[in-house]
Amino acid sequence: MLAKLAKRNKVLIGALALLAIVMTIAVSGCGSTGTNTGNSVGTASGKQVMLNGAGSTFDLPLFTKMFAEYPKVNPNINVNYQGVGSGAGIQQLSDMTIDFGASDAPMKDEQMAAAKGGKILHIPITLGAVAIAYNVPGVPKKIKIAPDVLADIFLGKIKNWNDPRIAADNPGVKFPDLAINTAHRSDGSGTNYIVTTYLSSISPEWKEKIGSGTSVNWPGGVGGKGNPGVAQAIQQTPGTIGYIELAYAIQNNITYAQMKNKDGKWVSPSLEGASESAAGATIPDDMRVMIVNAPGEKVYPISGFSWVLLYQHQKDKTKGKALVELLKWMVHDGQNYSESLDYAKLPQSMVGRIDKMLGTVTYGS
Amino acid sequence: MMDPADNAVTIDLPSNYAVRRYKDWVMSGLLILATLIAVTPLFMVLGYVVLKGATAINLSFFTELPKPFGEVGGGVANAIVGTLILIFVSSIIGIPVGILSAIYLSEYDRHSWLANAVRFTTDVLMGIPSIIVGIVVYTALVLAMGNFSAIAGGVALAIIMIPTVIRATEEMLNLVPYSLREAAYALGFPKWRTVLQIVLPAAAKGIITGVMLGVARVAGETAPLLFTAFGNSYWSRSITEPIAALPLQIFNYTMSPYKAQHAQAWAAALILIVLVIALNLIARFALRSKNA
Amino acid sequence: MLRSRTRLSIGDHTLKILALTMAVLVLTLMIFIAWQMIAASKLSIAKFGWSFITSKIWDPNLKEQFGALPFIYGTLVTSLLALILAVPTGLGLAIFLNEMAPSSIKTVVSFLAELLAAIPSVVYGLWGIFVLAPWLQNTAEPLLNHMFGSLPLFQGPPLGVGLLAGGLILAIMILPTIAAISRDVMAAVPNTQREAALALGATRWEMIRTAVISHAKSGIVGSIMLGLGRALGETMAVTMVIGNSSYIHTSFFALANTLASVIANEFTEATYPLYRSSLVEIGLILFGISLIFNTLARLLVWSVSRNTKGGHVV
Repeated sequence: MLAKLAKRNKVLIGALALLAIVMTIAVSGCGSTGTNTGNSVGTASGKQVMLNGAGSTFDLPLFTKMFAEYPKVNPNINVNYQGVGSGAGIQQLSDMTIDFGASDAPMKDEQMAAAKGGKILHIPITLGAVAIAYNVPGVPKKIKIAPDVLADIFLGKIKNWNDPRIAADNPGVKFPDLAINTAHRSDGSGTNYIVTTYLSSISPEWKEKIGSGTSVNWPGGVGGKGNPGVAQAIQQTPGTIGYIELAYAIQNNITYAQMKNKDGKWVSPSLEGASESAAGATIPDDMRVMIVNAPGEKVYPISGFSWVLLYQHQKDKTKGKALVELLKWMVHDGQNYSESLDYAKLPQSMVGRIDKMLGTVTYGS
Repeated sequence: MMDPADNAVTIDLPSNYAVRRYKDWVMSGLLILATLIAVTPLFMVLGYVVLKGATAINLSFFTELPKPFGEVGGGVANAIVGTLILIFVSSIIGIPVGILSAIYLSEYDRHSWLANAVRFTTDVLMGIPSIIVGIVVYTALVLAMGNFSAIAGGVALAIIMIPTVIRATEEMLNLVPYSLREAAYALGFPKWRTVLQIVLPAAAKGIITGVMLGVARVAGETAPLLFTAFGNSYWSRSITEPIAALPLQIFNYTMSPYKAQHAQAWAAALILIVLVIALNLIARFALRSKNA
Repeated sequence: MLRSRTRLSIGDHTLKILALTMAVLVLTLMIFIAWQMIAASKLSIAKFGWSFITSKIWDPNLKEQFGALPFIYGTLVTSLLALILAVPTGLGLAIFLNEMAPSSIKTVVSFLAELLAAIPSVVYGLWGIFVLAPWLQNTAEPLLNHMFGSLPLFQGPPLGVGLLAGGLILAIMILPTIAAISRDVMAAVPNTQREAALALGATRWEMIRTAVISHAKSGIVGSIMLGLGRALGETMAVTMVIGNSSYIHTSFFALANTLASVIANEFTEATYPLYRSSLVEIGLILFGISLIFNTLARLLVWSVSRNTKGGHVV
């Protein structure tokens, strides 16, 4: 028995020894690569370049579509984009583990200062609008909700749908005696950021008590995860009001309200209304700005940019050039994919400014 | 079972036999009920994945790259290969470390403080939520290397695999009767040959099972990959690049608001389950054929 | 220790040193993980001290204040729910398979149950979102609310996702673990024990209770401990169904977060050092809980098995 075992299993020793050797190599390999690699991949010019990006989940459908189409224009560049959240996009870019980030909220000054690779550029790629959705039996589509009424609903000060302040803007609509239940996104998201920035801009009380951010402490109501979660919460409980990304509301036929913009006009959420926000707002040179409640007749006030973030100085020349090429394509030809996916196009007036901004990128070590 | 007194069975017999019969029936009924309650959700999980997955699966699912979000069709070929590569990388690191540590615990040093510390560590490592491993590998490896990679993902998975392998191997080695070792020594075998050629082979089937179970476990891990392997919508050309993995793909598809991606998620889940179950079956099959 | 005296070959030294190195490596690994976690959570430890554990305010946005209590609560509630549901059913399944089922059913069911233990957590999450949560929302939660609505535990709008969904999905996930391990231990109880009980006139249930359960006690406790361990640290499936809310609510229908799920959800959104540090400290608490829990489990199993010596394969 012993001999048999011994003979049969010489192989086993061999395998074990081999594994040990391979492992040692692997481990020591890891150790040594830690110091000097990082950009050894795809540096030779003319070869395939893979760009890695991460961030906003809002951008995911548009970006994956763009990055699936782009290799048809430029077969040498592949773009890997992972929707890990806007905050993560900022964090990973500042840790320099990715080539570009994407975010629905502009970076704060402290975040800009903390970035390891120097100055970061914000390149607007698309716009998002947020629809105010509701479920009130017997009430028609597209009721009108004034800004101060919206803020007081979310602050819990207007508690019933038969409140005269709601009825005031909707003559002819009969509102039921029904308690208002609010629904919000429980996960951190750019949608939250746009809505809370909007509420802060129209209500001093909101600004002071709640503030704006990707995840805030909502004064009440129920939370739902992602757009589907909020949509479900709204549809489940009569009397609920909440907010949903416009694309999701359109694709799923969800009832939403008209909002009053800065010019005093009632507008339904639309892609055009979001684009108009960008055209109407004053946009600083670094493009880091929230454009909620922008002036303009057609403006839908709850809108915001989504940016690609990149370092102004690109250490890896090949990758840097490829990235700038890609971004140029995204703000020009790439825009053609926006509307079919329910994303708003950048206004033509901005494209030139973005090209100029991309021209300031420098390359080389 | 050393002391015969321990073996004594004491029963407090209620005098009324009918009551006891009745109690027996009730308890049997409850046990069967518990079984039904336990089995239903388990088979529902399996059933749903098989049914929903099978309707969404087709040949291109195995050969094509993922389509953009919101579009129907496409495949997860890169994620399947990615998962296999991650399994390979983590096995190369995790299996030797695990088996050798277990050899140390069982053959060299069963009772010292060091051995106990290592055993305790194994238990703790086993209980560490995998997301923590992800965070640690991210700070230690990803930041140092400057990019996400298959290597980082493999290391994270290896850390999760190691305790399973150690525990299974040590348990199996301990089951090898001491007389076998004594017999080998008596034949003039040095210790290292005894361990590698006699003890290890004698426990081989159990060790293989344990290792396969460890591999099967990491094959489905998601959390530690989020910030190490990262995911990739294309093929990776090197293990120093971000790499796709089936569990990551399932997670991303599930959390997206698109029906097309939900169908893909079910299909990918079916493939992942088949892969994991295949690993389990191989483990059992290896066990059986060695016995013959 | 017995050892071959003929020669201490190079092979002997190599294997011993290699094995020792690996064992030490494993030890170092854990110390490294602990050290990394402590280093990364320094910022929040310094800022909040012990109040981190007792504070229920988690406000990353306005006040930049962090407290872990809501997540400790969420973890405890979901894990306890899971245990309450999975222990009786899992043990029932184990006993049924081992003591009552005909051998054909026994092989098939126990084989499948073991395979189910291997299903990745992300797949349970997928099932939880698309099958379990809608069922809870449309059927189970309204029913519970109707029956026990006077209790605060079953009040509030049925959302599907939430504490109850988290507890249920955990119960389903730990059930195979509990069933498989306790079945193994019961199978190891020698048949002579059963025969002795039956020979003394015990009914089947009395035989199970006196001969099987009492002898397999330590292993059963161990299986429950392992199940609990898995429940406490389970990340993906819970993250997908618990709904992510940083508040403490009494209702089982309410949204919540566990220690693990808040890390998975918010680590990606943590954009300033104190926020990140607080999340790592949550990881540290989880690490601590698993450390304390493992020590306890070990001591318990060790003491029980020393007293009874039952349930051990020789």
